[in-house]
Parts: sequence; C-alpha cells; structure tokens
Amino acid sequence: MANRKYSQDHEWVEVEGETGMIGISDYAQEQLGDVVFVELPDVGKMLDRGDEAAVVESVKAAAEVYAPVGGEVIEVNDALNGDPSLVNTDAFGDGWFAKLRLTDPADLDELMDEAAYKTYCEGLD
Amino acid sequence: MSGHSKDLSRPAPTMAAGAVDTVHGHQGLRLEEPLLFEIDNPGAVGVDLPDPGATENRLGGLERHAPIGLPSASEPEIVRHYTRLSQKNYAIDMGTYPLGSCTMKHNPRLNEKMVRLPGFANLHPMQPDATTQGALELIDNLAHWLKELTGMPAVAMSPAAGAHGELCGVMAIRAALDDREGGPTSRRRILVPDSAHGTNPATAAACGFTVDAIPSDARGRVDVKAFADKLDDDVAGIMITNPNTCGLFENDMIEIAGLIHDAGGYFYCDGANFNAIVSRVRPGDLGIDCMHINLHKTFSTPHGGGGPGAGPVVLSDALAPFAPTPWVVHGGDGFSLVEHGADAGDAKPFGRLKGFHGQMGMFVRAYAYMLSHGRDGLRQVANDAVLNANYVMAQLSDVMTAAFDGPCMHECLFDDRFLKDSGVTTLDFAKAMIDEGYHPMTMYFPLVVHGAMLIEPTETESRRELDNFIAVVRSLVARVQSGDSDAFAAAPRLTPRRRLDETAAARSPVLRWTPEIPTAEAAE
Amino acid sequence: MRYLPLTDNDRADMLSAIGVRSVDELFVDVPEAARFDGDFDLSDHMAEYQVEAKIAALAGRNVSTADVPSFLGAGAYRHHIPASVDHLVQRGEFLTSYTPYQPEISQGTLQALFEFQTMVALITGMDVANASMYDGATSCAEAVLMAQRVTRRNKAIISGGVHPHYREVTETQSRYLDIEIDARPPDLGGLEELAGDIGEDTACVVVQNPGVFGHVRDFGPLADACRAAGALLVVVVTEAVSLGAVRSPGEMGADIVVAEGQSLGNAQGFGGPYVGLFAAREKYVRQMPGRLAGETVDEDGRRGWVLTLSTREQHIRREKATSNICTNSGLCALAFTIHLSLLGEDGFRKLAALNHAHAVALASRLESVAGVEVLSDTFFNEFAIRLSGSAREAVDALAARDILAGVPASRLYGSDAGLDDILLVAVSELTRDEDMDALCSGLTEVLA
Repeated sequence: MANRKYSQDHEWVEVEGETGMIGISDYAQEQLGDVVFVELPDVGKMLDRGDEAAVVESVKAAAEVYAPVGGEVIEVNDALNGDPSLVNTDAFGDGWFAKLRLTDPADLDELMDEAAYKTYCEGLD
Repeated sequence: MSGHSKDLSRPAPTMAAGAVDTVHGHQGLRLEEPLLFEIDNPGAVGVDLPDPGATENRLGGLERHAPIGLPSASEPEIVRHYTRLSQKNYAIDMGTYPLGSCTMKHNPRLNEKMVRLPGFANLHPMQPDATTQGALELIDNLAHWLKELTGMPAVAMSPAAGAHGELCGVMAIRAALDDREGGPTSRRRILVPDSAHGTNPATAAACGFTVDAIPSDARGRVDVKAFADKLDDDVAGIMITNPNTCGLFENDMIEIAGLIHDAGGYFYCDGANFNAIVSRVRPGDLGIDCMHINLHKTFSTPHGGGGPGAGPVVLSDALAPFAPTPWVVHGGDGFSLVEHGADAGDAKPFGRLKGFHGQMGMFVRAYAYMLSHGRDGLRQVANDAVLNANYVMAQLSDVMTAAFDGPCMHECLFDDRFLKDSGVTTLDFAKAMIDEGYHPMTMYFPLVVHGAMLIEPTETESRRELDNFIAVVRSLVARVQSGDSDAFAAAPRLTPRRRLDETAAARSPVLRWTPEIPTAEAAE
Repeated sequence: MRYLPLTDNDRADMLSAIGVRSVDELFVDVPEAARFDGDFDLSDHMAEYQVEAKIAALAGRNVSTADVPSFLGAGAYRHHIPASVDHLVQRGEFLTSYTPYQPEISQGTLQALFEFQTMVALITGMDVANASMYDGATSCAEAVLMAQRVTRRNKAIISGGVHPHYREVTETQSRYLDIEIDARPPDLGGLEELAGDIGEDTACVVVQNPGVFGHVRDFGPLADACRAAGALLVVVVTEAVSLGAVRSPGEMGADIVVAEGQSLGNAQGFGGPYVGLFAAREKYVRQMPGRLAGETVDEDGRRGWVLTLSTREQHIRREKATSNICTNSGLCALAFTIHLSLLGEDGFRKLAALNHAHAVALASRLESVAGVEVLSDTFFNEFAIRLSGSAREAVDALAARDILAGVPASRLYGSDAGLDDILLVAVSELTRDEDMDALCSGLTEVLA
C-alpha cells in the first residue's frame, strides 16, 4: 500500500484522487483489544487535521481517533455499527472509518509512510 | 485496559470443570436461579391488599390499560428467589474484601437497627421542624463530629456520595471564584494528578472546567515542581486525594496548599482515604479548602452492592458561604432548616444538589459508628488500618513487587513486575484469588503503576484473617513461579459463573428481559 | 473496642514483623505540622447499649408518621413496606458487598439489577433503564445533561408542574455547562402549554406527571411537538406508585423518563437515601449516565450478567464521561425490586387503585370543608388545596394537634412565591377513614 500514510496516533489514510479513506492501524486495534463500538462522525462535518473524528471503544477503554488529514466527511462505514469487530479483523480494509474530501494535500506530508511507521511502532514496544 | 481477550471460537462446554451432572444444574448449596420473569406464576400475589371498591375516577381519562408485564409470585417464591441470588455474592460478612480505595470494613448491625427506629424511618422530610427536632439534632451532632475530626469550620451535608461531594466542592470553588471576580471566572483549569480516581476529572468537567493532569513523581506523590510549573492565573484549583491512590501520604500537602493559594486557586481534597488518618491528621491543618468524606468508607455505612452512600463536604471559611441549601441552624427555638437562598442571610448558596436534605439513613448509621468508637476508638481505627496494610506489605514484599519504597498508609500497592514473562496477568492473578475464597484486590488502578494491585485490608481484619490471606497470595505467587499459567487463565473455576464474555455484552447490549413472543403470534 | 479484632499482642507482633517499634513510625510521611495530638471536643467510645439509648432518645423526639394522621407527600410518600423486603435487603451478601466489578462473585447483585432495569423499563413504558441514580431530582438533572448530549442543543424548558427541588437541582447542575434553563412559574392550574415555545435551540422539555400540584395530564401532544422540533421530552414521576394507574410516560411518547423510586420498598427516612429511576429509548443508551447491567455468557456458555457499556463512565472515560456518578443507590434499587416483585402485575395495579380511591374520598370530603378549595380537577394520590389562610400556619397548628396535614407550597417554593395559601395533601393505602376525619375537622377548626 504505497499510498497509505500513518500518523503518530496510529491513524491511517489512503488517498485516491481528492478522497482520503481513514481508519486505525493494526497496531492500534491490537493495543485496544476487542472493539465493541465505534462512534463515527456525521457526514458533512468539516474536520481539521488533528480534530477528533471518531471514538473507538473496547470493553475497558475508549480512544479518540483524530483526523490524520483535514477534510469534509463524505461517507462513513455504516458496517461498523452492526459489526465493530471489523476493526479487529480487517483494520486496513473493511474496518475503515470514514472518507474525507481532502482540504489540503499538504497535510499528507506530515504523515509517515509504511516503512517509517513500522520503525516507529517497533520503537514503542 | 485488561489486556485479556478470549478465544470466542472455542466450543462452549455445558458444565463447569469439577461440576456434577444434576437435573437442574444445582451444585449442592450452589443453586441455579432463573429470572423472576421466568418464574412468573400468574394469579399468585405476594402482597394482600383490600379491595379498593368502586369509586369515582379522577385520572382524567388517562388510566393505564395495557398490561405492564410485571411477573407475579407469592411471598415464599420471592423470598426464595432473592435468597438464592444473595448466595451468589461475595460480601464482607463472608470474608476479607481487600479492595483498595474502597475501604470495605465491617458494617456494624447496630447501625442498621438504629436507622430503622420508627422516629427515623417513618419521618417525612417535609414535616414541620417542630416535629423533627431529634433528626435535626442528629444531623447537627454529626456535622460537629465531621468538623472536629477534619479541623474545618463548616460542612455541607446534602451530597449523596463521594462523587456528589466532589461536585459540591468544585461548585463551591467555582462560585467563590465568580464571586471574587464579580462575574463568571476567567479561570478555566483544574489540576488533577494522573493517579486520581476517575470521578475527579469527571467532576471538574461537570463544573465546566478543563482538566490538566499533573504527573506523579518517582515516589508516587504529586510532582511538586511539575505542579508549580502549571500554576498561573488560569488555574481554578487542584484536586488531590490524600492519602493518595497509591496508598501514600502526600507529604507536600502544606507546600501545595500555599502554592495554589498564592496562585489564587482553591484546594480540593478527595477524602476517599480518610480512614487512614482519621483523628491523627486534621486535613484542615494541611491548608485545604474542601474535602468530601465518604460515610460509606470511613464511617462504615454499608456499600449495598454499589450504594447508597453519603458524601458530606467540609469547607473552609473561604468556601463556606457558597454551600448548597439546605442546612441546619440552631437557634432559640431549637433546630431548624434553611431551605431557600432567600432565607440564607449573608450566605450565597450556589444552589441545591439533591431533593430534600441529604442521606439521613447514612447519617444515622455513621453517627452510631462514631459514638461506638469515640475519639479514642477512631484513632485506633487509623492505627490498625495502617498497621494491617503495612503488615500485609511486609509479608508479601519478598515475593511480589511493591510499587514504592517506605511504609504505606491504609493500603499497599504492588505492580506486575513479579509476573513478568510468567504468562500470568494481573487479571489472571486476581481471578485465581476468587477460587481461594477471596474477593480480589483492586486491579489496574491507579493507572500510574503497571498492572497495579492495590490491597486495602482495613482495620476490621483479624491477625488470623490477614495471615490466611497472606498465605494464599504467597502460594499463588509460588504457582506463578512454577509456570502453571494455564491454571490462572482458567480461573475462577469454583464460582457460580466463570469468566464472563464482556465483549459480547458490550457489542450487542441486552439490558433487560423481554418476553419471547410465541411464533404464531409473531406471525400475525 | 468491639469492631477491632487486633489485640495488643497482635499489634506488638505485627509491628515487630514489619520492623518498627511503634505505629507512629508508620506515619512518618505525615509532616510534623500536620500531626494532631490534641484533644477533640468529642465523646469517648461507648457500649452498644449506651449508643442505642442515646440515638433512641433522638429518635423519640421526632413525630413518626406512623403514629399520627399524615398527609405529607411532595416527592416522598408513606407506603407499607412488606417485612420480607427489609429482611432480604439486610442479608449480608447484599448489604455488605461492593459494586459488582467482579462478576463471577457478584451474580446476585447483577441479576437483581437486571431485574430492576427491566421493571423500571416496564413501568415507565421505556426500552431501557439504568441501575439507578441518587434520587429523582438528580436523575432529572442528568436527563437534561443527556438531552444536551443527544441533541447538541443548549436550552431546556422546565414546566411549572415540575417539583421545585428537581428544578433547582437541574439548574444547579446545568449552571456551568452552557445550558440555558427556561423554568416556568408554578403551574397551579395544570393548564400550562409549552408546545409553542419549543425552538430550534431546545434540547428538551421537562414535565412532571402527575404534576407537583397533582394534575394528571396527557403529554402525547407535547411529545409530538418535541419530536417535530427535534427536541426530547423528559417526563418526571415523583410518585412511582402512580405508574400502576396512570398511562405511562412511554405510552405518551417520552424520550427519557426519570422518577423517584422511594415509594416502593424504601422508607421516608427524612429524605434519603432514595433511588433515582432513569429510563430512555434504546437509541440513546450510549448517552445514558450511570451503571448498566447486561446479559452475556460465561466461558462455559451459561447465561450470566456483567456491568456493561462502561466506557460511558468516569472510571474509564474520566473527564469525557457522561456523568461523574460512581456510587449509586444499589440497595434501595434492590428494595424497590423486591417490593415490586411481591406486588406483581395485579398487586401493583391494586395498590395504585387503593391510593387513588383514598385520594378521591379525601378530595370529596375536603370540598365540603369551609375555607378549603380543592384546586386539582385531576389527580392520582395527591392534590393541591387553597386555604382561606396561611397553609404554613394551618400545618403548624395541626401539628400541635398531632396531625401532619401536608406540605405547604411555600415550604417547597419559598415564602416569596405567592403560594402561601396552597397546601399539598397526599394519601396512600395506609390512610384510614378516621385520619381523613381528623384532617377535615382539624382544618375546620384552625381555619374558623
């Protein structure tokens, strides 16, 4: 996934044209444990980079998910309402959170690529 | 976060390990019990009432017609049902309950007898004051004890629990700041140590403040330097638990009080752990502005499976004028209640926190406890609570890992270094204690210590009980060292239920019973 | 001291095991300046019988509502509590257990809470209920805060039919949270209309049924108006027994129902501890305050109960929690559950019918007392009367004759509310004919 980029808070964004799909990384879902609920943003909401975009909950923890890039929420993953475990089973695929229409492509420059993120996570353990 | 996750794909066996196959699933004295809704015995009643007769109806055509859906049963069925349920609980009456930060001490039955005296139980809160003089005097007496023991000049009696007391104290702080600044205060932040109970930050937020966490230092206390660096004219106050949630006395309290006052803020002390110091330290001498007292901890009112409690708040002269209504005053005509701001004279109450006057039932119990101990006995309470905790720490420190050096107060804190690489987690260790007949210690709190285990024996444990407890913990540590992590992962095995699937409960919440609709009816 | 098991020998042994000479060495972290060695102005320890005598003497100086005719209500009611309720809640396994954080050894408390939640949902006509709040008034405040979270709007309209303590507690808890409270004047006539006042900024409308002055009202149209405007309808019930006779708030379209549960299983006790009921539509469950018990299975596949959706709560969410509540009213909720279990469907309805019948009988008697006007055209077991003189003075005069005549409205609202001649009068299944006679003849005399 060459075009997937990561934040230090373990969010990822995958860009296609003007649209960025966001979610949390495998590392994050493992830290959190079994995800029981995801609170998604409203479609139409404007997010700046670093704004709270969602909340992801396990039994004993709740974590804010911050927008890794700024943009308008154009779609959310309603499948998570019925099956939040998708975040555990497929964090980079069916477990995506939302799609944003990017406001500033320069936001991406602040993020890590796959290799840098991998090194970053290894440094955390 | 527990770090524990379960393999849901594993097939569920039908019987617990060691169980005997019985017709109804009962295991000797351990009785299975369905929901009352499933016992439903239509036509049976548990209360006999006279026939109301045919009378005029003044409900304005708003009678309730549709079935409510309540189950029916006779008194023997109800008594049996709830007796069986009770037998699925652990309780202080049964054994050591070393739940750190919760002060699970013996609950004297005299207290229960006193609160049930008709002169208290059958007293309506809105009776004329002339008919409630004994109750008002009791509240006044209890207030006197609380003020004496804390060295504080005033007390607000109405808060219903510790967190409610926090709300009272922080609202008084906010009201005092508003009053001083002649309008809404510009101060936005409350400082809260990272070791605090969750109620502290939640309370600050409920009063419209933002929470600024202060780190703990290597001694498990507030990092005074880090605290001092945060002080500016945006700080409304600080909330510190003392003794703190690591079971340690905050020995810089006096300096902290000076610093927060110099910065123009107020000092909230969380009194959850007052049991450790009652009658040895008057918190007022530390320079605090307010502190709640959990009557259901220090003063032995029962926890009742989660409540009710009571959380009176002692207040400094600076905050006392802002105490919420109502309060008791003593004048020439005896005792009376001030219930409205308009009758408050020079005081400026910030409002009302509760219907009526507070948790009277808890006041009676706590007062009975105080009279029983007296000032001399309460000092012994603190001494024995601290002695018991230090004894447990001393007897376990060679096999477990104490989080901090030096003596503790009423509770001792261990971390999970002694479990490192054993495959056993703090949670597993705690669950294994259940099979040994103990309620586990507090786990994973405070958050400042990895895999925390917080043990608070309280003063009402005998030497024999402490030694038994210590022997169990030591033997479990030996089992950890023997590499038998599977036994821990499988615990508890001897309980009415084994580990429950909390993930499933949270993913698809089932929060009430619903009748199964017969398929024929459902198809209609 | 009878509650302290350590003997002096134990203490000496334990100190030496720790390696200190005296217990004072364990308090080494307490700064010198904070050590108290003075004398408290307090008594020394007492024998159990001495404590009993002292407290019994205080109790004896109160007038028990069981000993005299009592017509007090206004949010606290005198009902009969079956002996088995008090017996069962005093079982040590219920009384002396903590919050059920260890579900394997707390299934009794958890299952009872699940039954409580179900019963509260049933009687209020709602989908779900929590495991209790401190009391009805604090439940009401929490409902307004919850409505703000759900609607993301900041205004609450509080009806003049809502108990003034509930209004005051709600105002107090909202004060610093950017919530504008639009509290309406006392609604003595039960005719207040609020539907037209709901705006785009309205988070919720709070009404009470029966109202504080007794009126029973149909809030269905108001519920429709709320729904149309995107606001929530919060219905307060201060007398839980009324739910056995009056159409439920859920049937009227309420979004949140808060109630005082004292009437079932809990003594008047001079005002507490009581039990706050809190019920809501299922779609709002994640915005609810307080604990929730939920059903699940254990490792062996057997049904059991746990506390769930805890990420809403302060011990996990800290400053972002839905409420700061921790300790609730667990044992009072248990008493409520056991009493309602004993009553069952038929008993609950019959109890409500008895209460209403007594109120109807008292109202018709009072209508013929000179100087008394019954103000409430509809009511359940409590109504307002207007006296030809001061209600507080009448109540005091009757108290001197051993009759507790009711709650003067000025006691609830303050003496500056212009309600000096209004008295709230409540009955229950325990009210006897002779009690009503005593009240009517007493009022006749003091008003003459």
